[in-house]
Amino acid sequence: MDFTEEQILRYSRHIILPEIGGKGQAKIAKAKVFIIGAGGLGCPVGFFLTAAGVGTIAMIDDDFVELSNLQRQIAHSTRTIGMPKVDSARATFEALNPDVDFIALKQRITAENIMQLIDGYDIVVDGSDNFPTRYLINDACVLMGKPLASAAILRFEGQVTTIIPGVGHCYRCLFEEMPPAGLVPSCQEAGVLGVLPGIIGGLQAMEVLKIILGKGDVLKESLLIYDALKTTFRKVKVPRNPDCKVCGKHPTITSMDGANYGGDYCQG
Amino acid sequence: MDDIIPNKKLDIRGLKCPYTFVRSKLTIESMEPGQVLEILLDYQEASNSIPKSMEDHGHKVLRVEKINATEWIILVRKEND
Repeated sequence: MDFTEEQILRYSRHIILPEIGGKGQAKIAKAKVFIIGAGGLGCPVGFFLTAAGVGTIAMIDDDFVELSNLQRQIAHSTRTIGMPKVDSARATFEALNPDVDFIALKQRITAENIMQLIDGYDIVVDGSDNFPTRYLINDACVLMGKPLASAAILRFEGQVTTIIPGVGHCYRCLFEEMPPAGLVPSCQEAGVLGVLPGIIGGLQAMEVLKIILGKGDVLKESLLIYDALKTTFRKVKVPRNPDCKVCGKHPTITSMDGANYGGDYCQG
Repeated sequence: MDDIIPNKKLDIRGLKCPYTFVRSKLTIESMEPGQVLEILLDYQEASNSIPKSMEDHGHKVLRVEKINATEWIILVRKEND
């Protein structure tokens, strides 16, 4: 790939890394990443992947920017309150790096549309904020064999894992069933220190770039847990579950048709 | 010393670090293993740093030569892909 003078300057700190170089940067430029959610996690993931020069980034979210988002959702601003989040993110990302083809999808991801939407993308990023969506994304990625950078945050704790279908565990191997709605923290219990999604989203973006480059070790057989109050990172081994409903030896979830991921969860 | 005939020549006079190395690296990446790149530069620090970085990247520095008061020539053989 021939870089323009501007691209050579823009990506120079990548190019000089032995693990990346011009060839690695060309891989990044060809990559297509699908980010689910334009919130606390989606914003930093999209931000760093845009800065890194990922060729195509799609982002899906049907929500609008609110003042209460701005303490952590770094792609949005006071000026974009009231705008669809994906349009607000588009404005930020296009200003950051015009090389990137940004596809804004102002809709919800569902069992009906997910397979079609993520088809053609190399890697999926889960930046969703609720369990039904998390399982939905996991199942679709496993069925389609797509790498998934998954993460979750709450209060002062974050978790990151990378699912490489057929190689390591999936989200259902880790947490077999969705917790009942009553056990999930309600909106007023679910505070989060604003920096936390930046750290966790940054880790997700790093996982995505390493998958694209084929360098280093991703969290494909482990879960990384960050405790911001204690300032600790714990890496826990996660085995594959041979009885997993979607990636086990005898899966019972074999398509998204008629799947029910509903649940009475607090949104946003 | 036998004359080495470079397969490619790169003129990076006027450039400073790290662009001296960025240019050199992109050029050597585009070449085949075994081929020799000649780099012409006028940024003194790079006359030390480019050979070191090229060696770190696994390439073979064949020669570093000051050709006049302000210019250097570096010859590097690409060793790996």
